Amino acid sequence: MTTASIPVTSGGRRREPTRLRRLVQRNVTAYGFLCGALICFAFFSWYPMIREVILSFQKTNFVDPPKWVGLANFRTVVNDPAFGPAWVNTALFTVLALLCGYGVPFVTAIVLNELRHARAYLRFVVYLPVMLPPAVSVLLFQWFYNPDYGLFNQILGFVHLPGLQWLNSTSTALISLVIVSTWMNMGSGTLIYLAALQTIPSELYEAAELDGAGLFKRIRHVTIPQTRLILLVMLLLQIVATMQVFIEPYLLTGGGPENATVSVVYLMYQYAFNFGNLNAGNALGLMLMIVLMVFSAIYLRVSRDNTV
Amino acid sequence: MSNVTVMPGRPAGTSSTPAGGDHRGRPRRRPRKPINTQFRTAVSPHQLNTTRGRIVYWIVLVVVVVSFTAAFVFPLYWMITGAMKSTEELNSIPPTFLPEHFSFDGYLQAWDLLDLGTLLGNTAVYAGGAWLLTLAVDVSAAYALSKLRPAFGKVVLALMLSTLMIPPMVIMLPAYLTVKDVPFFHWNLLNTPWAIWLPAAANGFNVFLLKRFFDSIPRELLEAAEIDGASPLRILWSVVMPISRPILGVVSILTVVNVWRDFVWPLLVLPDSEKMSVSIGIASLSSQMPQNVLVASLVIASIPTIVVFFLFQRHIMAGLTAGSLKG
Repeated sequence: MTTASIPVTSGGRRREPTRLRRLVQRNVTAYGFLCGALICFAFFSWYPMIREVILSFQKTNFVDPPKWVGLANFRTVVNDPAFGPAWVNTALFTVLALLCGYGVPFVTAIVLNELRHARAYLRFVVYLPVMLPPAVSVLLFQWFYNPDYGLFNQILGFVHLPGLQWLNSTSTALISLVIVSTWMNMGSGTLIYLAALQTIPSELYEAAELDGAGLFKRIRHVTIPQTRLILLVMLLLQIVATMQVFIEPYLLTGGGPENATVSVVYLMYQYAFNFGNLNAGNALGLMLMIVLMVFSAIYLRVSRDNTV
Repeated sequence: MSNVTVMPGRPAGTSSTPAGGDHRGRPRRRPRKPINTQFRTAVSPHQLNTTRGRIVYWIVLVVVVVSFTAAFVFPLYWMITGAMKSTEELNSIPPTFLPEHFSFDGYLQAWDLLDLGTLLGNTAVYAGGAWLLTLAVDVSAAYALSKLRPAFGKVVLALMLSTLMIPPMVIMLPAYLTVKDVPFFHWNLLNTPWAIWLPAAANGFNVFLLKRFFDSIPRELLEAAEIDGASPLRILWSVVMPISRPILGVVSILTVVNVWRDFVWPLLVLPDSEKMSVSIGIASLSSQMPQNVLVASLVIASIPTIVVFFLFQRHIMAGLTAGSLKG
């Protein structure tokens, strides 16, 4: 900068404005290209993010100007008898969905990686449910869960076991939701793990074998450490995704029986659209946002530190 | 399969003894085609090609194929054939494996009763428009951030990526309010395609994927075009876009599939039954339909995504791994 400005010759003076003009022109062009995205993000991402916080502390009815009410919305939400069950169910759903939706795909991927035949078929088949619209999968399972003529009770009857009430009983409703969720989501996890497994260098397995490690020791000491990063990333992603569970309770149970399946996002939806208390819904959303942002932040940290 | 059953001239006890020591004992038998061990995995290739290894391998393979088919294909089979059964047949115990007679009445009724033509048409409009708008908006944004490098470009990028931290569900209420009454303009976008298109374009992950790809395009290429007198728009269209076809494919598929599969957002912003997407339309009428008609509508609603999957399997898998390794 300084060296360029020292020789104040006629040539240098002529170049200054053109460079400035080029800089301005470049910025104008760039922001011209950016303006569409800036508008979309501003209206549909950034502004809602800010408004989420503002609305949580306000009372609005969209006729009068909004009133600041401090923590009143949070008090309303916390005192709701469904508040506790919603968080417990969400946490329980997340834990159960992780047990099924995290362990099962990883084990499946390890087995698939050993197979030398039918690989394309198996990969295709496991991903098939992921491609169905979630509403289709959920309504399909609603039919399967029917206690009178559903597929599951028919299969249980076929092997002479008593049928279950599935969605209608407080003890099986939540696990039924977990089964649907796992069925329709496990394909993506499986394929991601499979891709990760294929990057493990074969020398590591050979070395481990020479050192006398058996099959399970090789999995324990080679496969898992080598896929540790992707396992961690997927764990965090899955926590964030499953804690937002909505479509399963919305379509299958309506939060029932006796609040056994009400989830945080479902309760949030009910506040806004059934109870007519949008601000309380926002307050609940803000609580969930804070919880999920912790996981998101860890996720971004982990993936930034390790991949690029 | 045949490897398991055909074991001629072999003493019954040998299969349990550790294999490897008996190589010399059977010189006249043609060696079987070995199981491909080109990629070394956790299982040792030597163990895999012993007799016991083969038996275990084929048993595991059969078990996996059968159980996968039962878990993931059979429900779809049950869905497709269930739509062909009458209500009485659906309720019968034990169930019939094949429909008594193949009739497509269920499908025809579903098409008429649920007005699936309109619903599918709506969804196609939402997905197609979102696709075009997302490409236009996100590609030009990523191009500007990657190659034109404006002032505060890094800040803009950081703000866009920060939206990845906020799960979409938790801002759905304020986003809904924005759509209902857009600030400054006071437009009500409810029940219009814009309610789907504009938020779909605000996708930080797409911008990230595209920018990362554009960063890898050598500068010299663009400078050469610039010297030839091409405008930035021309460079984007004639140089950058053609090279970026793989990533454009990934972004396109992600966008279309996401809009097609989305449930919560269209549930909020498209309450009018004339304007619903196919998932919402079926869900809203599901309790009033006979079971076979409902199941038929589920089959019809899943055909488009399954066809897309058949056609673009490779791109979809690429998008999946791109999603997992983002940083």
